[in-house]
Amino acid sequence: MALSTNLSPDKQREMLRQMLTIRRFEERASADYLAGKIYGVVHCYIGEEAVAVGVCTALGGNDRIISTHRGHGHCIAKGADLNRMMAELYGRQTGYCKGKGGSMHIADFGIGMLGANGIVAGGISIVTGAGLAAQMEGKGGVAVSFFGDGASNAGPFHECLNIAAAWKLPMIYVCENNMYAAQTAAAQTHALPDVAARAAGYGIPGIVVDGNDVFAVHQAASGAVDRARSGGGPTLIECKTYRWRAHTERKGQPDPRDQAEVEAWKRKDPIALLERQLRDQGELDDPGLRAIEGGVMSALEAAVAFAEASPFPLPEQATDDVFAA
Amino acid sequence: MRELTYNEAALEAIAEEMRRDPKIFYMSTDALPPLLKEFGEQRVKATPITEAAFTGIGIGAAGCGFRPIVDWRQVTFCFVAMDQIVNQAAKIHYMFGGQVTFPMLFRASVGGGGLVAAQHSQSPYSMFMNVAGLKMFLPSTPYDMKGLIKTAIRDNNPVISFESSRLMGRRGPVPDEDYTIPLGQADVKREGSDVTVVALAWLVHEALAAAEELAKEGISVEIVDPRTLVPLDKDTIRSSVRKTGRLVIADEAGPTAGFSAEVAAVVTEDAATFARLKAPVKRVCALQVPIPYSPVLENAVFPDRNRIIAGIREVLDAKQPAAA
Ligand SMILES: Cc1ncc(C[n+]2csc(CCOP(=O)(O)OP(=O)(O)O)c2C)c(N)n1
Ligand SMILES: [Mg+2]
Repeated sequence: MALSTNLSPDKQREMLRQMLTIRRFEERASADYLAGKIYGVVHCYIGEEAVAVGVCTALGGNDRIISTHRGHGHCIAKGADLNRMMAELYGRQTGYCKGKGGSMHIADFGIGMLGANGIVAGGISIVTGAGLAAQMEGKGGVAVSFFGDGASNAGPFHECLNIAAAWKLPMIYVCENNMYAAQTAAAQTHALPDVAARAAGYGIPGIVVDGNDVFAVHQAASGAVDRARSGGGPTLIECKTYRWRAHTERKGQPDPRDQAEVEAWKRKDPIALLERQLRDQGELDDPGLRAIEGGVMSALEAAVAFAEASPFPLPEQATDDVFAA
Repeated sequence: MRELTYNEAALEAIAEEMRRDPKIFYMSTDALPPLLKEFGEQRVKATPITEAAFTGIGIGAAGCGFRPIVDWRQVTFCFVAMDQIVNQAAKIHYMFGGQVTFPMLFRASVGGGGLVAAQHSQSPYSMFMNVAGLKMFLPSTPYDMKGLIKTAIRDNNPVISFESSRLMGRRGPVPDEDYTIPLGQADVKREGSDVTVVALAWLVHEALAAAEELAKEGISVEIVDPRTLVPLDKDTIRSSVRKTGRLVIADEAGPTAGFSAEVAAVVTEDAATFARLKAPVKRVCALQVPIPYSPVLENAVFPDRNRIIAGIREVLDAKQPAAA
């Protein structure tokens, strides 16, 4: 499969760097989770990196996004600080949420990342509120809701698409259809195979894209952003993709999926696709790739070192921030 | 006697009841593999992630003669179904003058200890206790789990099975033969004479450990496990406190308007029990905060055996209120 785009080579290499950052960050998070340095639950985005990066590359710094329980990729693509992310996973004071949130609840409102969320479909209405805020601010901002195929069956998806369409909110609803909700195949719970088809019921565009093709995602998102900024209202973009790892990193967590299906999707690795494309264009060679990889790894090592050197919260800080001052 | 885990005991109770009564069916996001294997997709349904919808669907099916089991998995996920639970399931039998029954079992795991932060570590049963028309229990052992689930499935009302996530893998004896445990019957898990500890779920085990520790000093602790939250076995709690004269309540939830507040009221509003109190009632609960992620913080929030011991010492040292 050949990818096509009119993005500059620098921008394309930057997309590769971000996608690699997400992957290496999660490989490390998974290993550290199994080593007992990260607690609770970790959901990996590996295999779906092109969605977050393709969409966020189409956004500006003042645009806002919301994430899901599978949130690391969205954070990184929106420009979150790896140090504070890793420190949060490590449960340290210096983490984004001062150790109160962990993997499922990283947020950075300063960069327009309104939070990962542990409740399926819980973010869709909140970020629609960010869309309403953008409309009322009148500065051309847009808001993006990332959510899964599973979430697309929940009430807030339908309720918000209708409101956003009726109010012409500057919204982009990005369904990451990885074909499963925890252990249940989407085919068992969806009446129609394409979530995007539901857009018709709300009178808005519904677009299906190859979620492993970062340029296709970017192009669809750019179109939706233009439409939203110019007052045209919301767009639903469905990105067909796949998660490589089990639903969570928990030990002994079953993965009922067909191994052949997993392997087939791994052959459609979004990162390998982008890398090959850059090489074919003559925009990437071995030293170039090594430089990108090296940069990613040193940033990651620095983040781990930062997390490890950071103190745990003090027990008495458990009662901080229950109420705002 | 053979042993089962807490979770296996629940599944065994459900499977036995499903074999007995074809009107029972099961709904949850992700079908439970052992039930699916035995009963098939017609009776063990994998729902979309639509707790509001499948809770309501359960209510409708119940009103039409079925006995649905609605498994929300974590209690967290049922909050999106609050309208169906509070406005519909709890009231529908009463509001329609008792015309038909709505026999349903809801399942919801509760509690912390998993370092999964605020949304996934909740113990909100007192919110539900506050709603008239719902029965509910929270067992501490596999034995109690199996007996209570069976009773709840046979009950003609909506009953919530709160299940402690900390106890899921904990083993305990469960007899082979069929048995049930009535709702509204507390169990004295340890007899003693100096102080009563009313504890729930995981904290029953922490209280037992605390009692063992204090026994070395000659302090005799009685542990009452209410098991059922609604209806609450007030008599067993009151008679234990009348015997010991001192009460500590241990709950993994926060104290505010909580289960622990209810037990304190049950004891102090009864004149005969109040008259026997030798010390103020002590609550050993979680801090009233959303549950934090980091282990240092989570530990700071939850009560444990040491805090129960400290609570017991406090009531043993306290002066009689009237003499203060
Ligand atoms: C309201 C609610 N119900 C159930 C869950 C448990 N749960 C967590 S993730 C998940 C599956 C989500 O699937 P999808 O939306 O497709 O996202 P994916 O995990 O595939 O990225 C479920 C059922 C939850 N977090 N919230
Ligand atoms: Mg999914």
